[in-house]
Amino acid sequence: MSAFIRRCVGVLLVLLGVMLLIFIVLRIIPGNPAAVLLSEHANKETIERLTASMNLDKALPEQFLLYLSGALRGDLGQSYYLKRPVLDLVLEAFPFTVKLTIFSAAFAWIFGIAVGVISAVYQNRLPDYLFRGISLLGVSVPVFMVALFLQYLFYFKFSLLPLLYDGSAVSMILPAIALGWNSAGSVARLTRSSLIEQNNELYLDTAKAKGLTAKAALLKHGLKNAMLPVITMLALQLSSMLSGAVITESVFGIAGIGKLALSAVETRDMPLLQGTVLFSAFIISLGNIISDLINTCIDPRLRV
Amino acid sequence: MIKSFFKNKAAIISAAIIVIITLMAVFAPLISPYEPDRQDLLLRLKPPGSEHLLGSDELGRDVFTRLLYGSRVSLLIAVIPTALAVIFGMIMGILSAYYGKAADLIIMWFADVTLAFPGMLLAMAIMYTFGGSFLSVLLSIIIMEWGSIARIVRSVTLSIIEQEYIEAARTIGVKKIVIVIKHIIPNLLPTLIVLFTLNVPSSILSESALSFLGIGIQPPNVSLGLMVNQSRALLFQMPWLALAPSIMIMILVLSFNYLGDALRDILDPKTKY
Repeated sequence: MSAFIRRCVGVLLVLLGVMLLIFIVLRIIPGNPAAVLLSEHANKETIERLTASMNLDKALPEQFLLYLSGALRGDLGQSYYLKRPVLDLVLEAFPFTVKLTIFSAAFAWIFGIAVGVISAVYQNRLPDYLFRGISLLGVSVPVFMVALFLQYLFYFKFSLLPLLYDGSAVSMILPAIALGWNSAGSVARLTRSSLIEQNNELYLDTAKAKGLTAKAALLKHGLKNAMLPVITMLALQLSSMLSGAVITESVFGIAGIGKLALSAVETRDMPLLQGTVLFSAFIISLGNIISDLINTCIDPRLRV
Repeated sequence: MIKSFFKNKAAIISAAIIVIITLMAVFAPLISPYEPDRQDLLLRLKPPGSEHLLGSDELGRDVFTRLLYGSRVSLLIAVIPTALAVIFGMIMGILSAYYGKAADLIIMWFADVTLAFPGMLLAMAIMYTFGGSFLSVLLSIIIMEWGSIARIVRSVTLSIIEQEYIEAARTIGVKKIVIVIKHIIPNLLPTLIVLFTLNVPSSILSESALSFLGIGIQPPNVSLGLMVNQSRALLFQMPWLALAPSIMIMILVLSFNYLGDALRDILDPKTKY
């Protein structure tokens, strides 16, 4: 348990660094953000009032401490452009991104593991070459290409699925595949190599000696062990999925975190951008801790 | 080593594709009679044909020419920041592994911090501050990639300094910096080459994603991602406008991935990353 606590302290330190880095990156910008936000004709008093209300008149270290203490109390500041608390906006957008991520992770995992297992079982035979090609293609196409291709095919050519997300489950199918496609490729590749590695393990010989066929032994005993690195990958995938969500959400018009961040860049809304980036880094750190816990549950050797 | 490279068909084919595309991008002005941003409104939206190999876009610009010039930017922005990220990651990794506990803790903490961000969102913050340009895309790719490179370099360096010849060099009083330059870096070289090759595709994808969102490379410059962005409105009428640059990105990424995998098998068969 002490290892787990040490891990949590590490994550907290990283989150502190995350806040510091994003604070610095967004503040090297020249000029007064309050003046940028208001139009050119705003009088000096208005600019000064806004500057004071956003704490921009204070020294940078003090600004950071104010921001830090605010964040700890759940206050991520006020959006310049939408004039609402950043936390509210982020929490409103988050369920959409969660839904998108869950659907695409489900696609990536079911499709990726199936392809990886088939590849491993038929190692160096035709299905393996075929599926290896597919999974390499999976990790090599840009997210937007998959998204546009799916729109073209399923909306325009066959008119089977809606073009944009409209709240229905059906309209989530295309975004989920678009976002999950890359991950499916990586999951398939890792599942294959991890499963093939199990072939050298002695416990598989035991299983075969018991009378199981090679295939059955691999699927019954090998798969569970082969899944360990694949689960660790889930946490890493979370990060790339949130990155990909920016594109998927913008192509399919989903009002999630990624779209919120993009509109924050476009409207030059610094507190909103800061809040969304911070929130997603927080989610990723949480995902890392959870994947550690899952791994510890599956693999007793890690329980030290 | 070179022999096994030439035995590996995937490696040769992908290396050949990369060389051909690079040559085409470098000699674009000699290959194409058109200029990438010369508009000809009489020739708008022509389908692919003999005069315009891949047709022309909504401003009458030749798509094939723009593809060549776009590959130029995409390749530059893939190779330069990746090389810089590998060099920076190497220095940080060696410092972390070989120069004491405090350096190790701080550098690895910093690596963890940059890895805790979803890359695209951190890049967007950089775009917010510095605006969409070649330099800010370069900077964000370095920040996105150096952390994982430093981690791998650190672990490989740790296994190198356990070797006996390093011990021997240290006993006879060779300075740390000399050991690093003469013994550690040459032994890291295969790892670095593989890391470079495997990081180039992610740089290409990051650049194209940022430009696709309209916050990366800005017109009048051309990049493959930007071309897809500009042709999105015409996706259903003229799909080839979006398809051509997308396929170019895919071919580049696929070739670098294949080459990287092959190089790893040849140069660094024991390590896996």
